[in-house]
Amino acid sequence: MLNNFVMPDLYPAAPEIFLLLMSFLVLFVDLFFGATHRWMAAMLTAVSLLGAALITLVTSDPQPVLTFSGMFIDDMLADFLKLMTYFAVLMMLVYSRQYLADRGLDKGEFYLLVIYATLGMMIMISAANFLTMYLGLELMSLSLYGLVAIDRNSTRCTEAAMKYFVLGALASGLLLYGMSMVYGATGSLELGGVAQALYQGQSEKTVLVFGLVFIVAGIAFKLGLVPFHMWIPDVYHGAPTAVTMFIGSAPKLAAFAMALRLLVYGLLGLATDWQKMLLVMAVLSIALGNLAAIAQTNIKRMLAYSAISHMGYMVLGLMSGMVAGKIDPFTATNAYSSALYYTVAYVLMSLGAFGAVLLLSRAGYEAENLEDFKGLNKRSPWFAAMMLIMMFSMAGIPFFIGFFAKFAVLLAAIKAGYVIVAVIAVMFSLIGAFYYLRVVKLMYFDAPVDSAPITAGLDVRVLFSLNGLAVAGLGLFPNEVMMICTTALLRSV
Amino acid sequence: MNQQLLSLAIWLPILGAVPVFWAGSDRRDLVRWLALAVAVAGFLVTIPLYTGFDPKIAGMQFVEHAPWIPRFNVQYFLGVDGISMPFILLNAFITVMVVLAGWDVIEEKQAQYMGAFLVMSGLMNGIFSALDGVLFYVFFEASLIPMYIIIGVWGGPNRVYAAIKFFLYTLLGSLLMLVALIWLFLESRGSFNILDWHQLQIGMKPQILIFIAFLVSFAVKVPMWPVHTWLPDAHVEAPTGGSVVLAAIALKLGAYGFVRFSLPIVPDAAHYMANFMITLSLIAVVYIGFVALVQTDMKKLIAYSSISHMGFVTLGFFIFNQLGVEGALVQMISHGFVSAAMFLCVGVMYDRVHSRQIADYGGVVHTMPKFAALFVFFAMANSGLPATSGFVGEFMVILGAIKANFWLGFLAATTLILGAAYTLWMIKRVVYGPVGNHHVAEMQDLSSREFLFLALLALCVLAMGLYPFPFTEVMHASVDNLLKHVAVSKL
Repeated sequence: MLNNFVMPDLYPAAPEIFLLLMSFLVLFVDLFFGATHRWMAAMLTAVSLLGAALITLVTSDPQPVLTFSGMFIDDMLADFLKLMTYFAVLMMLVYSRQYLADRGLDKGEFYLLVIYATLGMMIMISAANFLTMYLGLELMSLSLYGLVAIDRNSTRCTEAAMKYFVLGALASGLLLYGMSMVYGATGSLELGGVAQALYQGQSEKTVLVFGLVFIVAGIAFKLGLVPFHMWIPDVYHGAPTAVTMFIGSAPKLAAFAMALRLLVYGLLGLATDWQKMLLVMAVLSIALGNLAAIAQTNIKRMLAYSAISHMGYMVLGLMSGMVAGKIDPFTATNAYSSALYYTVAYVLMSLGAFGAVLLLSRAGYEAENLEDFKGLNKRSPWFAAMMLIMMFSMAGIPFFIGFFAKFAVLLAAIKAGYVIVAVIAVMFSLIGAFYYLRVVKLMYFDAPVDSAPITAGLDVRVLFSLNGLAVAGLGLFPNEVMMICTTALLRSV
Repeated sequence: MNQQLLSLAIWLPILGAVPVFWAGSDRRDLVRWLALAVAVAGFLVTIPLYTGFDPKIAGMQFVEHAPWIPRFNVQYFLGVDGISMPFILLNAFITVMVVLAGWDVIEEKQAQYMGAFLVMSGLMNGIFSALDGVLFYVFFEASLIPMYIIIGVWGGPNRVYAAIKFFLYTLLGSLLMLVALIWLFLESRGSFNILDWHQLQIGMKPQILIFIAFLVSFAVKVPMWPVHTWLPDAHVEAPTGGSVVLAAIALKLGAYGFVRFSLPIVPDAAHYMANFMITLSLIAVVYIGFVALVQTDMKKLIAYSSISHMGFVTLGFFIFNQLGVEGALVQMISHGFVSAAMFLCVGVMYDRVHSRQIADYGGVVHTMPKFAALFVFFAMANSGLPATSGFVGEFMVILGAIKANFWLGFLAATTLILGAAYTLWMIKRVVYGPVGNHHVAEMQDLSSREFLFLALLALCVLAMGLYPFPFTEVMHASVDNLLKHVAVSKL
């Protein structure tokens, strides 16, 4: 067998390979300089991500390329999602630099785990095979479990990490089980092969649907959809805010890629089945996420429930690709691009919202209760205005990006004939508006309880301001990002 | 320049708010004069809209057309006809009044206060001139944000409740409208152009559903009975400027929505639902009139009086004749002046005594004769006295209603009695009689600034009452066109 070995084309996987090599460098640098020059690991991680971004741009090919015997795909969608991932991770690094330093968490392990988690996401984004997908997912998840527990002296972190690990392992198991079922029925692990087999219609339907249920459950867990959402509030709440920000941003992009690759590129033949499953979960997520968020007093927990509802809206777009049992490429692209756009918009808003928490935190103090936002307008009108933009954007009020994300998704859903579902979704976003309004109320209408000056460094201040302006600016001119999302999808398999 | 007048009317106040915010609340004089300059400039740029307007053309004028979101064929499409143009002027004018009214009274965060009103003014100009569904919606909903802040930050003791109630109530309506807009987009094969929608053929069932979706949205905004309950709360808690903008402009948005969306896009449903709408309007006119009678809080009284007057407006629209529709539009503009003036008058008294209760006053005429004269004049206008603007609109609507059905007109005419009753009774208790208490005895008469804005409004009210032709002239062709359009079935 060894004689038949053909060296795979490494070119499409160049960013991944580069990041992997750089991770060794970070490891070594941290080993020798970690004790004295802590900033080096952080710097090197940022440089690695920038380098990976550069390589991704340079190696970008308008045509999809398969490599590693069809296990790995490099298309425009992958390039776009990867670039967004680097971007989100970089933002997280800048936001959290001071937070980590204040708490002594800026150790080499942190950056290493961040790199590996990013690598895992990149592999998920480029997966064209069940095994590659699983590999990427596990690499990401295991790194994230470690990150949640990075503050080993905190019982809350450890507890969150345990919950995340146990539930995450279960979800991975479900996913793997489902994949094995589909493999049994179709005889292929490759997404293209599975799609081919489904198209020919020779496979055993019962086994397929059985497998599909498990795969959808695995995806739903990663996206945090009801009823697989239990881990989200606890992990968001328990993890150090920097890690929460990380979990709440880039992995959503990877989870979107996973959902799209598995369900659309692989299992499109079963779309009538998964459409219903996603529909139920989307509506439940929107309902439960928005209702439960009202009861929260901790902003991290509130944002966790808000994340659940946002992923519900995203999935609403994803499942709207099929109209009355038929898939028309134009409508389908519209629907998937609305979901992609929603994910990108959400990541930007989520980074900003957690950025505000980091901005108000200082050494020895976590500004994670809603109370901490009281009277922010008196302490700093500018940051209050930025947070106001973030909150109204999440609530889906124009002129901010969050409105256009909801708009695109609703348009896709109504086009697919789900008018009632769209009405339910907007009614719950009305309920959701309440808790975003409450944050604005605390910032503007109430007197401050905490009058300490904001001590965040210049980098966090500038980044948070840019983040807020981006949410507003991309709302005034939403077309470009929408077009990029659509083009990326059109130029993929 | 003529081509970008509407853009200028929208963006000048919004961009002008940036230096006002930036000036910060510590430099009060700079902030006030800057805000006044922006507001006056904002008003001046709208004047060419009137002088350059051709009243013979029924269609849109000052049209601006540019792609905004080509991905969904959303256009930056602006234009005004005789129906919407007067409201832009009214809005820009009222903004100047609001800036003047907040000159001394607002002590906390004045920069944000002025800035919020300027932003609000620009957004509302956007609502009146948008001819693209999404653009309209975006302005419509974005205007909630400044008003939410205005009520919540500078409002009375129960401001948080009032602000959130205001926001959620209005959002409830507009979200359903969003679904309807998207449905129309898909039905018209990818167009958000409102004028295209006017020509769109729609079946009866979808027409009724769309009508209901729009109805919820606009009825909350008007507000019509029974979804009016947010208004008294919002008015009572809002600062004077907030009440003025709410009553003078924000309420008109809902009524404007009926003329721009409901009537021309779904005319058959509008006819089908007309009786229902007329019933709701009459309930607002009569029942809310009685409710206003028993109020003890002046702002609440004027708020209920606004609801009652707006009932007149919706009544005028749904009797589908020239007199009714034009009368309703005149009534909207007149109410813009009169309610603004009434709220400003209450504001003037509140600034001195810090009470809005009728019982806390009495004999104001003895200490504030100039003010009392103006207040009584506005009260007369509010109750529809001939020679004031309040009379013109009401009279036209009543005539229109009698044309449609005598008893309809009869019921509508009770407003003249009720309106006079609650307004004049309030005047009697507040302005006349012996001096009520030592607070009233210490009241200072109007400052020249206060006199300026009240006198300007009084001038408008009087001019419109004596010679309404300049207002009706510009509307005539557009209303005619609208009614012709509504008379044709789309089925």
